[in-house]
Amino acid sequence: MSTVLEERPAAADAIQKFTATLMIRRFDPDVDTEPRWQEFSVEMLPTDRVLDALHQIKWEQDGSLTFRRSCAHGVCGSDAMRINGRNRLACKTLMKDLDIEKPVYVEAIKGLPLEKDLVVNMEPFFASFREVQPFLQASSKPDKERLQSVEQRARFDDTTKCILCAACTSSCPVFWTDGQYFGPAAIVNAHRFIFDSRDEASEVRLDILNDKEGVWRCRTTFNCTEACPRGIQVTQAIAEVKAAVLRGRP
Amino acid sequence: MTTETVEAPRSARVSRRSTNWEKWAWLYMRGSGVLLIVLIFGHLFTNLIADEGGVKAVDFAFVAGKWASPFWQIWDTLMLWLALIHGSNGMRTIVNDYVSNSTLRRIMLVALLASSIVLIVLGTLVIYTFDPCPSGALQSQLPSFCPAQ
Repeated sequence: MSTVLEERPAAADAIQKFTATLMIRRFDPDVDTEPRWQEFSVEMLPTDRVLDALHQIKWEQDGSLTFRRSCAHGVCGSDAMRINGRNRLACKTLMKDLDIEKPVYVEAIKGLPLEKDLVVNMEPFFASFREVQPFLQASSKPDKERLQSVEQRARFDDTTKCILCAACTSSCPVFWTDGQYFGPAAIVNAHRFIFDSRDEASEVRLDILNDKEGVWRCRTTFNCTEACPRGIQVTQAIAEVKAAVLRGRP
Repeated sequence: MTTETVEAPRSARVSRRSTNWEKWAWLYMRGSGVLLIVLIFGHLFTNLIADEGGVKAVDFAFVAGKWASPFWQIWDTLMLWLALIHGSNGMRTIVNDYVSNSTLRRIMLVALLASSIVLIVLGTLVIYTFDPCPSGALQSQLPSFCPAQ
């Protein structure tokens, strides 16, 4: 028993706490005309994520820091932000995986109207999502479920993973300069229904995306694929939609 | 709630346009790109490698000799048209992507269109009206290979 007690402090020492510096791009529309960078210092555990750092700042240092988060476990898609120049989910990025020798830069995702600190107006993003009719459209009315083979389900499995965090769309350089572009997320969600064997409105969605601001604006820069926290092959999905538009069917 | 009680959430979508030029522009870029690889490397090969003298042998007489053949006339016309349209369409894409001021964008697109048309017309004119030994010209100004008039 005594040996266990003696060993405990040693085990606690093994957990290395470290101090990290965060540079957060602040913006208060009531006070600021332009966003400004503010420096914070936080004490982190190796298991702490960027979200934990933001919590520590908000709860212990500056309660006015504003950001979105809901589930905090990479499912709800609320806390997409630009961390060290790359779009990621704050709740899925460990501080120790970043270069903590230098300050960690955290700012709001780009291309959407900045509201406060790390919060942007997501409405333009959701507007183009709604535009592609992201819901099942089927004329048959079966008593039970609509049947689908494993292969048919696998065809669009990748694009069902989308959590609408906007990390892809707000990393797209075409979207930055042209907010009218549907953006990768809307195309991914169209892909999810276009290639669904149970859905009957593929042609309508292909027609919607065969637009001046549709799939043809994609420049295959792969920013979206790199940004996706769910690992969706976004650029590939867009390419498959392009090919489907050319064929005129999924 | 069963499916019977849920009405279709939206009325059918009405298609807005008949032709979508973006789709054809996208296809053109791929098609012309593949053709241009063949045309340009064929052009470089015949001019620089197949010919003994290499780049030093490319002179007025060499061009005159090539354009005497309809094969090279068509080859060069294809290369001219495909490359100029490919290039200016690429420039159009860049302008659309990066120029956010609509007046400036319009000016740049019109300038791009005008310059491409001028270059294509002039280039085509040169290929088909090229005559190394025009009649009525002074013998002293003609290249040496022209027959005496």
